[in-house]
Amino acid sequence: MNPDEINEPIWKVPPPRASVMPARPPDPACQTITLQIDGRTVTVPAGTTLLQAASRLGLRIPTLCWAPTLTPINACRICVVEVEGARTLAPACARPAEAGMVVQTGSERVRLSRKLVLELLASSVALDRAPELLRLIQEYGADPERFGPSAAPADRRDARHAGHHHVGDGATAETVAQPVKVDNSLYVRDYARCVLCYKCVEACGTDAQHTFAITIAGRGFDARVSTEWDAPLPEGACVYCGNCINVCPTGALVFRTEHELREAGSWAPERQQETDTICPFCGVGCTLRVKVQDDKLVSVTSPPEVDVTGGNLCVKGRFGTSYVNG
Amino acid sequence: MWGSNARETHPIFFQHLLKGLTRGAKLYAVDPRFTSSAQWAELWLGLDVGTDVALAHAMAREIIAAGLHNREFVERATTGFEAFAAHVEPFTLERAAEITGVPGAAIAEVARAYARAPRAQLCWTLGITEHHNAVDNVLALINLSLLTGHVGRWGSGVNPLRGQNNVQGGGDMGALPDRLPGFQHIELPRLREKFEAAWGTPLRHERGWHLTQMFSAMERGELSALYVIGENPAQSEADGHRTERLLGGLDTLIVQDMFFTRTARIADVVLPASAGWCESEGTFTSSERRVQRVRRAKSPPGEARDDLDIIVDLARVMGHELIRGVPRPTAEDVWDELRTVSPVHRGMSYARLEANHGLHWPCWDLDHPGEPFLHARLWESPVGGPRAPFSTVDHTPPFEALEPDWPLRLTTGRRLSEFNTGVMSGVYQVPNRREETLDISPADADLYGLVEGERVRVRSRRGAVEVPVHIDPGLRGGLTFMTFHFPDDVASNLLTIDAVDPKSGTAEFKAAAIRIERLAKEPSAAPDASRSAVP
Amino acid sequence: MDLKIHAPPPTTAERTAVDELLGPPAVVAHADRVRRGGPQVTRRDLLLPALHALQDRVGFLSEGGLGYVCERLRVPPADAFGVASFYALWSTVPIAPTVVHVCDDIACRRGGEALVTELGAALGPSGTNGGQTWKRSPCLGLCEQAPAAYVTRAGSPVFRTAFGNATITKIQAAFGGEDQSPSREGLSHFVPQTGSPGLKLLGRVGRLDPVDLDAHLGDGAFAGLQRALSIGPAAVRTEISGSGLTGRGGAAFPTGRKWDAVAAAPAQPHYLCCNADESEPGTFKDRVLMEWDPYAVLEGIAIAAFATGVEHAFIYIRGEYPLAEARLTEAIRRATARGLLGARLAGSGPPLTISVRRGAGAYICGEETALFESIEGKRGEPRSKPPFPVHVGLFGKPTLVNNVETLVNVPLILREGAASFAAVGGGASTGPKLFCVSGAVGRPGLYELPFGVTLREVLAVAGGTPRGLRSLLLGGAAGTFVGEEALDTPLTLEGTRKIGASLGSAVVMVFDHTSEPLDVIRRIAQFFRDESCGKCVPCRVGTQRLEELVARRLRGQPREGDELLREELGQAMRDASICGLGQTAHLAIDSGLRRLNPLPELAK
Repeated sequence: MNPDEINEPIWKVPPPRASVMPARPPDPACQTITLQIDGRTVTVPAGTTLLQAASRLGLRIPTLCWAPTLTPINACRICVVEVEGARTLAPACARPAEAGMVVQTGSERVRLSRKLVLELLASSVALDRAPELLRLIQEYGADPERFGPSAAPADRRDARHAGHHHVGDGATAETVAQPVKVDNSLYVRDYARCVLCYKCVEACGTDAQHTFAITIAGRGFDARVSTEWDAPLPEGACVYCGNCINVCPTGALVFRTEHELREAGSWAPERQQETDTICPFCGVGCTLRVKVQDDKLVSVTSPPEVDVTGGNLCVKGRFGTSYVNG
Repeated sequence: MWGSNARETHPIFFQHLLKGLTRGAKLYAVDPRFTSSAQWAELWLGLDVGTDVALAHAMAREIIAAGLHNREFVERATTGFEAFAAHVEPFTLERAAEITGVPGAAIAEVARAYARAPRAQLCWTLGITEHHNAVDNVLALINLSLLTGHVGRWGSGVNPLRGQNNVQGGGDMGALPDRLPGFQHIELPRLREKFEAAWGTPLRHERGWHLTQMFSAMERGELSALYVIGENPAQSEADGHRTERLLGGLDTLIVQDMFFTRTARIADVVLPASAGWCESEGTFTSSERRVQRVRRAKSPPGEARDDLDIIVDLARVMGHELIRGVPRPTAEDVWDELRTVSPVHRGMSYARLEANHGLHWPCWDLDHPGEPFLHARLWESPVGGPRAPFSTVDHTPPFEALEPDWPLRLTTGRRLSEFNTGVMSGVYQVPNRREETLDISPADADLYGLVEGERVRVRSRRGAVEVPVHIDPGLRGGLTFMTFHFPDDVASNLLTIDAVDPKSGTAEFKAAAIRIERLAKEPSAAPDASRSAVP
Repeated sequence: MDLKIHAPPPTTAERTAVDELLGPPAVVAHADRVRRGGPQVTRRDLLLPALHALQDRVGFLSEGGLGYVCERLRVPPADAFGVASFYALWSTVPIAPTVVHVCDDIACRRGGEALVTELGAALGPSGTNGGQTWKRSPCLGLCEQAPAAYVTRAGSPVFRTAFGNATITKIQAAFGGEDQSPSREGLSHFVPQTGSPGLKLLGRVGRLDPVDLDAHLGDGAFAGLQRALSIGPAAVRTEISGSGLTGRGGAAFPTGRKWDAVAAAPAQPHYLCCNADESEPGTFKDRVLMEWDPYAVLEGIAIAAFATGVEHAFIYIRGEYPLAEARLTEAIRRATARGLLGARLAGSGPPLTISVRRGAGAYICGEETALFESIEGKRGEPRSKPPFPVHVGLFGKPTLVNNVETLVNVPLILREGAASFAAVGGGASTGPKLFCVSGAVGRPGLYELPFGVTLREVLAVAGGTPRGLRSLLLGGAAGTFVGEEALDTPLTLEGTRKIGASLGSAVVMVFDHTSEPLDVIRRIAQFFRDESCGKCVPCRVGTQRLEELVARRLRGQPREGDELLREELGQAMRDASICGLGQTAHLAIDSGLRRLNPLPELAK
């Protein structure tokens, strides 16, 4: 150290470089597990899911309700795989790998279940803004038409009572078609597109925001995402962080800006660019992925792989930034 | 969490904290208000505004008395423990309860939980720093971390949660009266000379003024020209009447901003600037010292230009090249020049910043991964560098005491959907926006006979505003709260006091003394009158 | 938690109802200076009891009432609404305070429809908000006394009664607050073996006053517990394993293995859940045991808890069983007062608390993980397994789940020894077994028979099939239709499996030639469509599509490809649903339709 600096107060002197690199302490000895997936052997740490283990082998298993930042809810069942010796198929997103497991990710049995899941979804939900699902429908040769023509939209899905429903004559296939909910200035809820993947509920709840403004209400085919008493968002607990929009895989939750541009016929993906930058508000340093069309911000999201945000933002970052549109 | 309502002011940070709570971590909240953050706490301590030092000292005393301090760490890595222990000795739980209002048992519970935790952090925001004794408050908290060894280790530490996106970066880059970029002190010749050589120009030997000193200098007539970049002091500073008078009295006021702010309205020259975060290139440094890339996503409106371009042209007009030999430097050119003079930034090339979603300084060279926390050197044996000193700071109550004419404490803060003076956040339409209110306790609502939404005049020694009241059950009798988000409607900072911390220059936004005056009404509308009215 | 509760204030009745359950709101000293918050102050597990308190008092869940519950328990209103709207017995809209729930499920099909028609004429459409109204109900567990009804009259106190052989007259009397439960004397109509010698499980049923503790003690109650305490937990588990006892709820898992796993689980505390959510259409055995020998259930729980290191046990009982709930509650009170339960088991053992939790109309809550969710105050959505309940169960802790009948076997094994128990039957089917016989037999009722009897023998004991035999439903709605060809099958796990059926909860429902098979099958499809929790796609949409498919068939307008569709849908539901509900929902429908119109490949 420079002798001049010896008598300076500690805060005046730049800190010296530490001799040991500060870092997260290593995890206690982690056990590994060896299993076989599609005839190939893979060794993974204990606690790894089959989905993660398969991805180490470069195997792609389709997912819908799974997201890297959310607790697996395994509701959609599109990721099912066949585990030798098991009575039923297993959800790859949630099933932990076990030593000696023999797993098939694309057997006939697996493909049949995935095809049916896709058919069941496509026959009941509008999927035209879910490109990944549309691609899977092609890939699995799913035919949603086989359940018959879609029934006319039923009214008042939100008023249905658990354990009681109107029994139809089977001539048409019931759907979740219903009017779009537009009740606030920031985003709209188009539940005719909702596949009930629970992601929005998880993001609003214990996986991120902890605001619990929305829940799954009702039961069975009448289950739906809802606020308390189906109240409009401004009358509930919503704080407009929009993290639900961020995780929605089917376009059921969209920015009001996007909704209006689509309504006006001027939503133009070919004129849109996405740029990652940093939020202008508080000091947390959230990455904003801004989508710009014709020099206007049309949406703000955050990439889930950024550990600061895990894909989440607050109301200011997601919506308050629109001031740059003038 | 001490003096911070991160649930609303740092929501994404708070999400990480909440995940910790689900995994069994415990949150303790120290805040005069029972805030939305405090509602998640194991225990909330509702201390009197401005009694933080006394509370911290009492915790320290309790920890020492219970033998829960980290003796090994204290002995090896710190100095001044004996004096500190003697200094806090008078702060018994009873005395602290008298000063802070918080029952002693609760203080003891938090103190013991903090000391016993395998890992613990102290996080604060402006509830600690917007006081006349801001630095003392911080030092008192640092004492606690030194006492328990909760510093310099993974998962432990002392963390000021920065209120603005790049306030850390501003300081890092030398936007402090006494620092050059990389926190290098301007008064240390060796450091100063390095910059003089790099920049080819002599530098002042003495520190400059901080904001509050600048205003004093204006008052004395020693400062006559001001160049304001991206600030709105006319509305963000305490004692707004005085601020505006002083700004108006300057010979030259230049404002460079993306908005035509209140300050810009009284400027001589306004330089319209692009939005730094999406209309220009560069970096921001977040609260955790993470330097991250900012990118241009759209073009700025009208004549607005990138701040860098404006400064480069300004320099040229003044006969200088900002970087010698580079007529039109890019943000990356400026950054690379910084890396040559700031050792803690040296390893942060743009390529690395992009590949890693940002890096924490210090990042000493291109192979260095950056350091997620500081002060690990205190755990080296022997300690790397100087030992960390305990500070003996005194409890000094807020500048304005409560007295019969000024019976209520006003403290200020922010709300979730809004930001500071509202220049950015005031533009979007958010459904849960509430207009400015004077938040009062249910007890005071009863005492003054006020109902939700009733307009009142709030007066301090410096000014008065009219505002509706909002009854907040999270406030106790005698405590009131306002934001400063809607200065065009309600100029809250006309009320706040500019009593300033001599060390940091921060004004005591958190503690003004006020009174509530009922507005004259139609006699029949007043509750008392209506009660006595005979039909 | 920073909750936002925008609800209007509760009415006085609502506030009182909740405060009676939870106690008055606590006054915290120094609340303006010190408060506790966060997850620690949440009492989500009391949500179901609190919502019951509201429904019982005012007849429906109002915004104000729910809001008050949320404030008291610190539960987000949206979450509470999600729970409130999940359970069929609660109403989230104003409805008449007096409601009769009429079973129109498979066993009550005809009588129920007739009642519903009459009630519609008398009271108007279902679910009105007047003085009294009616609702259709899935199986009420009174199949041997079809048709069944369950009447609730909100008030202080609430009046609830469930009864069979329902008529308009009986329903009117129940509306007036007259209890319609069968008397002990009348029990022999439904438990025809009452009083017969040699009964192991039904020995005390109908013979003793069900809550008279002295009478039960005099008859050997709690002798099994005494022996358990004297031989110690490990020896008790050895006895159970040695007996070959398997779960009587339907899955037939070896009981001893489950106990060993819970006892060995390192996490603490351990919990026990007695699964008394008997809702499988056609099943009523657990109800009879709980109503008529509640001490046997308690003794079984006490022994199981002792053997697996449990100090807090829950009985999760379906909401439609008011009498069983009342008798169990009273039995717990008396046994605790006598020192058999509570601080020390039988005065000398470890402590044991037994709490009764009432379901609210959700078949899915009989699924063990959905049952945990429900006790925890959540929607009854099943969890993914693994982890299994023995490791991660109720409140995330190791949990033993046993069915009522399983637990009633436990004191017997301790009293008589594993060897004599295992001597009856064989393989995975040892000991005595209860059979729920309903439909077109001479004497519908609950029968105790040794494992190994054939279907023909069961029917003979139950008075034969005087009106002929068209088909039988084995195992309930999640079971399988069989015909005469199955009559000589032993009703064991192994025997039923051999003919492609399952024993399930030992339902034997008999249909004669006057039955309308397609209508019954459609009702089964409707049942699963109503009871699916909605979490996973194969079950949520699959049960809807199955119902549509059956409806087309019933209308005589099946579509080309429906057969293949049914097969593929069935396989996907079986393979890819989260829980047993979705996995078995197609079984009865498949087997029923095949019997009507055998497919070529099945004809061989």
